[in-house]
Amino acid sequence: MKKLTQKMEFKPFCVLVAIILICGVISGGDFFKITIVEGHFYGRLIDILRNGSRYAILAAGMTMALGTGGTDISVGSVMAIAGAIACSIVDGRILGGLNGNVFVAVLIALLAGALCGAWNGFMIAKLKVQPMVATMILLTAGRGIAQLIADGKIVTITSEAYYNISGGYILGLPVPMFIAVGVVILFLLLTRSTAFGIQVEAIGVNPGSSRLAGIKVERNLWIIYILCGITAALAGLIESAGIKGADCNNCGLMIEMDGILAVAIGGTSLAGGRFSIISSVIGALIVQTISTTIYAFGVAPELTRVAKAVIVIVVCLIQSQAFLTQVKKIRIGKAGKKEAPAV
Amino acid sequence: MENTILRMEHIYKEYPGVKALNDVAFSLRAGEIHALLGENGAGKSTLIKVLTGVESKNAGTIEMDGKEISPKRPVDAQNAGISTVYQEVNLCPDLSVAENVFIGRELRKGMRIDWKRIHEKTRELLKDFGLSINVEERLDNYSVAVQQMIAIARAVDVKAKVLILDEPTSSLSAQEVKRLFDIMRMLRERGMGIIFVTHFLDQVYEVSDRITVLRNGTYIGTYDADKLPMIELVGKMIGKDYESLEAIPKLSGDRENVEELLRIENGTTGAITDISLSIGRGEVTGFSGLLGSGRSETARLIFGADRMTSGRTVMEGKEESIRNPLDAILHDIAFCPEDRKKEGIVGDLTIRENIVIALQSKRGVLHKISRKEADEIAERLIKELAIKTPSADQKIKNLSGGNQQKVLLARWLATDPKLLILDEPTRGIDVGAKAEIQKIVVELAKKGMSCVFISSELEEMERCCSKMFVLRNKKIVGELYGEEISQSAIMRLIAGEENV
Amino acid sequence: MKTRKSLKIENISLIIACILFVCMFIAGSAVYDHFGSAATFLNLFNDNAYLIVVAVGITFVLLTGGIDISVSSVVAFTCVFSAYLLEKGWSAVIVIPLVLAVGLFNGFLIGYCVQEYRIQPFIITLASQFLLRGMCAVVSTISIPIDNAFYKEAALNKISFKFGRTNAKLYIYVFLALCIVFLAYYILKYTRFGRTVYAIGSNELSAGYMGLNVKWVKIGVYMISSFCAALGGIIFSFYTLAGYSLQNMGMELDAISSAVIGGTLLTGGVGNVLGSVVGVLIQGVIQTIVTYQNLNAWWTRVTIAALLCLFIILQRFISIRADKQKGKG
Repeated sequence: MKKLTQKMEFKPFCVLVAIILICGVISGGDFFKITIVEGHFYGRLIDILRNGSRYAILAAGMTMALGTGGTDISVGSVMAIAGAIACSIVDGRILGGLNGNVFVAVLIALLAGALCGAWNGFMIAKLKVQPMVATMILLTAGRGIAQLIADGKIVTITSEAYYNISGGYILGLPVPMFIAVGVVILFLLLTRSTAFGIQVEAIGVNPGSSRLAGIKVERNLWIIYILCGITAALAGLIESAGIKGADCNNCGLMIEMDGILAVAIGGTSLAGGRFSIISSVIGALIVQTISTTIYAFGVAPELTRVAKAVIVIVVCLIQSQAFLTQVKKIRIGKAGKKEAPAV
Repeated sequence: MENTILRMEHIYKEYPGVKALNDVAFSLRAGEIHALLGENGAGKSTLIKVLTGVESKNAGTIEMDGKEISPKRPVDAQNAGISTVYQEVNLCPDLSVAENVFIGRELRKGMRIDWKRIHEKTRELLKDFGLSINVEERLDNYSVAVQQMIAIARAVDVKAKVLILDEPTSSLSAQEVKRLFDIMRMLRERGMGIIFVTHFLDQVYEVSDRITVLRNGTYIGTYDADKLPMIELVGKMIGKDYESLEAIPKLSGDRENVEELLRIENGTTGAITDISLSIGRGEVTGFSGLLGSGRSETARLIFGADRMTSGRTVMEGKEESIRNPLDAILHDIAFCPEDRKKEGIVGDLTIRENIVIALQSKRGVLHKISRKEADEIAERLIKELAIKTPSADQKIKNLSGGNQQKVLLARWLATDPKLLILDEPTRGIDVGAKAEIQKIVVELAKKGMSCVFISSELEEMERCCSKMFVLRNKKIVGELYGEEISQSAIMRLIAGEENV
Repeated sequence: MKTRKSLKIENISLIIACILFVCMFIAGSAVYDHFGSAATFLNLFNDNAYLIVVAVGITFVLLTGGIDISVSSVVAFTCVFSAYLLEKGWSAVIVIPLVLAVGLFNGFLIGYCVQEYRIQPFIITLASQFLLRGMCAVVSTISIPIDNAFYKEAALNKISFKFGRTNAKLYIYVFLALCIVFLAYYILKYTRFGRTVYAIGSNELSAGYMGLNVKWVKIGVYMISSFCAALGGIIFSFYTLAGYSLQNMGMELDAISSAVIGGTLLTGGVGNVLGSVVGVLIQGVIQTIVTYQNLNAWWTRVTIAALLCLFIILQRFISIRADKQKGKG
């Protein structure tokens, strides 16, 4: 039992349960209502799972990037690129020879995501550009590239198969959920049953030591940013399938903050080191629950953004040792007694 | 009480797990050169750091001119009249020479900095030091020795009453050292009090008036230099510990009958050129030389930490290509780097993870070491090396320096290496741990493992090594075997007097 | 000892940037009618005055080795907030100092979090970017036109120059931007604050050991950056006479790439504001060419990003070569 509470996933999980309960109470039980229509489940919780899976997928990739002490803020633009490519192919605007084959379109979009990630990896691992700057280049340029692919238009498509990526159901549950679960399982296999996870953590804590301990720092960074690109592309596909087209201006706009927020709430230090993908997924669900609830109450979405930014700052402050010491000092000064030192 | 300007009393400083300073006292008169001596880890640097406000003391008083001061930042110490030249040059490489001398107390003309006068002043000032260089040039276009002189020039020019020189001579040539001593004497005439930290004992006798000795964080005593023979001084620095260390049985160095394990031919990296050497099986090979002599760079070359741009590595008779640390690990080479914090430990990970991390790299990322096996390895090595920790789950950054070093040793022993390279493994750790590490090294060599041992402490090198390469100016200038290895022989080679 | 003034990294980069600017301008003049004129050249300033100010501010942060990606949101917030207040009938005399103070305060908070709480600059400025962008939308989601007399006056006042037969004009606010450039140049070169900025970027630890006031200078650079962004916002609202919550998205890239193209190293310690101005002008030329060519406006962004990559790679090569030479010498 004691072991359970010490797990990194424990705290965020409690927070998630608490938030869901609070939301449930405030909404007077509506929140938990799940109805079955034509064999599909409907309800607020299902919505959260469906919409939250995008964040969960992103957060899974972002966690590792932040784990190395880096970051990837280009995810939103990569989403836009992936959406633009997939929709343009399905629409037959580019690569008309494929006759709008959805499967190939998805594959090419994912490949494009990987390519974007590889570019980030090249800048960060090879050229040693700060991850922030490197991914910022793709953040701004990427949206431009997406616009150029879509020729500055909003591409709308009609393809049942493509819609299903977001709106479809398997066993009565939304498809994006299964994609998210699949991604998370794959990432867990990668980080837990190989030594990749611990190597990423070592790089995040101390790249110099890691190199001398025989860890291929550069190669691992490449892999991580490519994975980040692929997850972003996946999220982009889900989003564009959701709106039945590619809107390069708004697809994934400012989503990088949600990704970082999910990871930070999950408890991974933004300075690198220990990370937990499950924690971040829980973090993503927390973010989605908050958003959905606020939205349901009719609060302007703009305020959500402000609130999210404030939460990130607060989480950062809580993670900051210097801040905690200062707070402690003030508290000691007020109470006039010493607290037990943290072990 | 004759014109004492600085008095430190009952100074205590504790780091997690180490008592760095334990009731230390120190006083400095105006117009004297006062040497502060002690072995590595004796507490010299800590005392300096406390005095200059880089670290804060746990207890004790510091008085300047009879007034108590408690510097919290370097700037406080400077304002109190204490000026410092640190061992590693602490200047800004991107700024110009003149600026490095004057930044923080610029000459002004009205509101603006008067660059013209600063340049002139710097030129004059550096002339005193025998340097005629372009003061408008970026600092990092000059050698470390020149940078060191510039750092001293900066410190001297501040209207300081106390000047601290922390190992100022470690990267200077004999001629430059002489010039530095002239300057020190000149400053003494002007009434400045100088604290001189060094481990070159003959230099101490050349310029110092008084000597204070620290050992293992405690104050041993203050003596007049001309009344303390060198042999007695060494005794005071090393103390009783000397006997406990003496117990290490020495390996017999043998010039002929040693099987070669590894050979470097004309190895060149960005830092050193054309190094050739051979390391025998079951030997403890020392790399001796001053800071910056190329001893660490040579070790890094062998391990592939710095990439070899040309040259050959031959291991057990076969030519091997070692381009990066992983290659080296796969070839059974292990390396404990000099900078334990930056390149050794992975602070936030546990001891267990730190121990198996290199073995994991050796096995490959896909073959994860199971938790059970990792536990076994960690338990075994913690016991074998007597690492003091409540459990293998502790974060390594919470251990003391000595225990961290042992964990690093454990990390490499877990990979079962044929060649173990240790760069300053005993720096900054307490004497007990030091002796243990030395003992471990010699015992490993007896079991057939080859070791490369690097240390600034000649006495330690003399004790452990069966073969020694001496380096000066990035070149190997001498090889010593077995009985030939003595401190004086090494020192002669370092000083460049092979023919004496 | 013989010494020779070696070419510095910033100079090589700056020279390349200058050559690039001249070449692009000449190329543009050769291809398009009406391009090669004083009017086009002065319009580069007219259209990019706000960016010059923002780039100058961000250069301070980059010189210390930090980063500030909140600038675009500060610009947007300044525009929206001042438009909102002016619409409510506030006087420009109150509004302008107020929004500048908001900028300063934002910079102070960022700097304090970076310096005292050791939060990485990119996280905290990213959060600040979202916060302010969100605040913009809270104030108003639609574009608010500015109808204030002072703003109109500032927006339309210009000085005309005659070059032969062509007429070229320079708006008053450009001079404000140029004053900022001059002031920044002076601060960086002739004050202790400025030199400390370089010292921190060069080696923060050493700067502390040398007794420089690292703490307040580091907080100060974020305040300068944010203040300049707010000032840039005011100039931008002169330029557009409106405030819209989604304007200037991604402008932080423009500002940072201006500085980098002008020779500022992202690792800090090297660079100056004049380079940043050249960087802005290069972007202006790119934009003008894209307009003349009648291309999708997004080409500007993509080209600038490509150019930024190019210069980062260039800097890497120069610094690698410099290291090698030092190793030999």
